[in-house]
Amino acid sequence: MSTLIATEVTLENFMGRAAQMRQQGYRLVTLTCVDTGNGHDILYHFDKKYQMEHFRLRLAEGATLPSICSLYPAAMIVENEIKDHFGIAVSGLSIDFQGRLVLTEDAPRAPMSKRCGMDIDARIPAAPPATAPAVKGGAV
Amino acid sequence: MSRRTIIPFGPQHPVFPEPIQLRLVLEDEKVVEALPAIGYVHRGLEKLAEQKDFIQDVYLVERICGICSFMHSMNYCQGIETLMDITVPDRARFLRVIWAELHRMHSHLLFLGLLADSFGFENLFMQCMRCREDIIDVMEITAGNRILLTTCCIGGVRKDISAEMFSEVHNALDRVFKQLKDLHPAFADDYTVKKRLIGVGVLSMEKAVELGAVGPVAKASGLSMDLRQSGYAVYKELGFSPVTEKAGDCHARMMIRLRELDQSMDLIHKAINMLPEGPINVPVKGNPTGEVAARIEQPRGELLFFIKGNGTKNLERFRARTPTFANLPPLLHMLPGYQLADVPVIVISIDPCISCTER
Repeated sequence: MSTLIATEVTLENFMGRAAQMRQQGYRLVTLTCVDTGNGHDILYHFDKKYQMEHFRLRLAEGATLPSICSLYPAAMIVENEIKDHFGIAVSGLSIDFQGRLVLTEDAPRAPMSKRCGMDIDARIPAAPPATAPAVKGGAV
Repeated sequence: MSRRTIIPFGPQHPVFPEPIQLRLVLEDEKVVEALPAIGYVHRGLEKLAEQKDFIQDVYLVERICGICSFMHSMNYCQGIETLMDITVPDRARFLRVIWAELHRMHSHLLFLGLLADSFGFENLFMQCMRCREDIIDVMEITAGNRILLTTCCIGGVRKDISAEMFSEVHNALDRVFKQLKDLHPAFADDYTVKKRLIGVGVLSMEKAVELGAVGPVAKASGLSMDLRQSGYAVYKELGFSPVTEKAGDCHARMMIRLRELDQSMDLIHKAINMLPEGPINVPVKGNPTGEVAARIEQPRGELLFFIKGNGTKNLERFRARTPTFANLPPLLHMLPGYQLADVPVIVISIDPCISCTER
């Protein structure tokens, strides 16, 4: 095992590079999203005969990630998970869970994000309890 | 035209040991579409791993799963050792493989039992669980714990196994071998079992590649893919080649596990016989820096940990891609076209581990 060396790809060329990997018989292992503070690194891990190739896509803050489901259908589930965990918009998903693959309606938004106000502290507050009705006949 | 019905299958279902929901679209009794709903036991362990230091994370990752716990800590330690350029003593690498294969055995026996239970063969379920006890007893003897061994540490292993303990291991494996010999015909040749499993939940080799199947699911479809072949730990020295089946159905997936049990027993015997003398760990200094994608073959398939260290005691990022997560798209492809009564068997045939999947 050796440390990871990733090939840099851009939004313009990474679909073409992914198509090449598929043509060459590479299997998609998974995607990894890393919050860099001012954007996200999306790492694509491929494998062929136990040899890994990695692509690194530097995604700017607020940018949309194009899905590679059309090339690798297995990417659908992990791209949905990235959307849930980091709040990144993903376009072209074959099945879009609308940010609810692993998170429930009252879960914090983008819980894996490192941005201030996007972390676990951003948990959506529950509705305040209704004012208790006055008890007739004095205090209990 | 048949009427379509949507059935929520799970999250609580008699065949599921853990919560997952499948929304099944049925035409009469036939499944035409399936969609997963997960998140019932999501724990956010990847986030927690960034808040603990990298030594504490050994214990944390071991708790990702209660079945293949040792494999998680072993993979994590191998990843950190790569980042920190640590050479693990030979004896420790052999001991890791012994415990890893014991884990594979108890996991596969649990799978076989649960599969038998899913098609209503309760007696076979109990026989498998009884057989599994022998393996768990061996883990207790050698590590002091039955499931969460906590013997793996960065730089080697924490505990050694004595010669007396090894004789216990050999004896237990002999008992398991005899029990498996009795159980084998029930799984492989029984008329009812074959009727329930053969030709059910078929996944072709092309689809297995396309949908990213791993582990026994891929091997049952004819893909000779097992990371042990890459030679991590001491698998190169032990000599390993994966078992495969061609049918791609539930029966093939079951047969892979049965054959892997024999293979694991052989690997353990070999590892004990080849075990060198020497230290079991080396001291660790400094903090990890850089990125690594560490992989290992779990009982359910390929496990990948992405670890990013930044030179501090806390990791910048830890990510786990577990085999069940990878096997979800193949599962969704297996279900359409089969009867509702086959769904529990097909789902169990991928040996789903939801604790791993949700992390």
